[in-house]
Amino acid sequence: MAEPAISFQDVTRRYPQKGGAGDVVALQDISLDVPQGAITGIIGRSGAGKSTLLRMVNGLERPSSGKVIVNGHDVGIAPDAQLRAIRREVGMIFQHFNLLSSRTVAENIALPLEIAGEDRKAIAPRVAELIERVGLTAQASRYPAELSGGQKQRVGIARALATGPRVLLSDEATSALDPDTTRQVLALLKSINRELGLTILLITHEMGVVRDICSHVAVIEAGRIVEAGETYSVFSRPGHPTTRSFLQGVTGVAVPQFVAGQLRDQPQGDGAEAVVQITFIGNHATDPMLARLTAERGVSVNILAGAIEEIGDRPFGSLIVGLPCDRLEESRRFLEEHGLLTEVLGYVG
Amino acid sequence: MSANLIPILWQSTQQTLYMVLMSTLLGTLIGAPLGVFLATSRRGELLSAPVLNTVLGLIVNAARSTPFIILVVAIIPFTRLIAGTSIGTTAAIVPLTIAAAPFIARLIETAIREVDAGLIEAARAMGATPGQIVRKILVPEAMPGIILGLTLAVVSLIGYSAMVGAVGGGGLGDLGIRYGYQRFMPEVMLAVVVILIVLVQLVQSCGEWIASRFDKRAPRNRGR
Repeated sequence: MAEPAISFQDVTRRYPQKGGAGDVVALQDISLDVPQGAITGIIGRSGAGKSTLLRMVNGLERPSSGKVIVNGHDVGIAPDAQLRAIRREVGMIFQHFNLLSSRTVAENIALPLEIAGEDRKAIAPRVAELIERVGLTAQASRYPAELSGGQKQRVGIARALATGPRVLLSDEATSALDPDTTRQVLALLKSINRELGLTILLITHEMGVVRDICSHVAVIEAGRIVEAGETYSVFSRPGHPTTRSFLQGVTGVAVPQFVAGQLRDQPQGDGAEAVVQITFIGNHATDPMLARLTAERGVSVNILAGAIEEIGDRPFGSLIVGLPCDRLEESRRFLEEHGLLTEVLGYVG
Repeated sequence: MSANLIPILWQSTQQTLYMVLMSTLLGTLIGAPLGVFLATSRRGELLSAPVLNTVLGLIVNAARSTPFIILVVAIIPFTRLIAGTSIGTTAAIVPLTIAAAPFIARLIETAIREVDAGLIEAARAMGATPGQIVRKILVPEAMPGIILGLTLAVVSLIGYSAMVGAVGGGGLGDLGIRYGYQRFMPEVMLAVVVILIVLVQLVQSCGEWIASRFDKRAPRNRGR
């Protein structure tokens, strides 16, 4: 496998407390490889440490112990001059855009090039090209205050790409945007990732963002990574309660209200039904397995809720069904044998 | 008011303008770098130098808490050293500048501290040096606030300049005291006050207009 673009190796970050009352540990023993050319999401609640982790990649934060390797450089120990050179290879976009109000769109995008000491003559065509890429040609001489949130983030993205970085860091880039704009910005990030082969590391508290564009995901909770891997496998087999709670309502479906109210831990009486969540993954997502269960085994299936969507470019289906209790074990075995995942959520009746 | 007082009024106005303009200029030359440094040198900030920051802060506070009329008299030897004399309009520029510089420094410090910390972070993430952050981010972004601060400084200096009559500095304030009060010519006093009001009004309006030209934070119709 190719060398990772970013590698966190046993990274710990402590903040000393005033009055020496012990340190606050923001990150604990983080080890994570961010693959080249992929979009990796770090998801966690506020205060989980994801922001600190992201800022270690461009040295805005330094680890207390452990290493952060970016494009082959150890960022944690880089002296200031080298760190500035590394930062020019790492673009960053922000939740609140952080654009200069005193500069026009074009001037904002030119800023990192000016900082890098580029020649004025070289800056103008590069800026024009970036403005076109993010679709803001008509707004080039406007000021940020005259733009919508989505347009501001496009400026932020163009600015982050100006110096031709190999890695893009995204700090909650869509958290201040409405759902429509969020989709457009995510689509832009995905197209940049594909066309430029840019590695993107993003932090978010929205599983929807991970579902829509991330091929890899790490779940962070109280300064530790509790689960990490390809988005598809994490979504289909979430192992940690935090992951499950983030997934709620994002993938597939929730148990409908009228069923949820009657759900019990044990079946009661004859004719009780088991409420089962079935997850269709990989090639099986499009197979008509429930129809076969009925046709081949004669089990009647009561569909309560369901959806099929796309995660990491692969189909991902999720159904909640009612199965007769007396045929439950047999049905589950049949479905599992055909590559589906089942989980009993409870019983009704 | 007799016609022969008009030249005296005009001369005094010129003296006031000369003193205020020169002391604003020199005060800004000293105060602006000082203000930038004060705004960026606390512990953990861009140019982190906490000890120097504290020392300069104390000096600035000391200069600002000294009543101006006492400052004028107290630094007479220093004024003589710089201006060659301690009496006259040019000599008066020395104490005015010494009063203006720390005031302007604090005003500029305040304007720069208003700049969103996220912009500094973004610039650091681009690989900017502290010097670049000051030149390309902090000063341009703080410019509307800096202009308004300088406006306030000029208005205050117009007030201070009225006191330098004590060392023969001349100017409108001096004229008002000598003719209006001591020779009991209320029409001169009135004329002085009216001219000062007009001056302050002009300075304030100009300052606000220039600041609004720099301020792109609120969308407005810019006459496209």
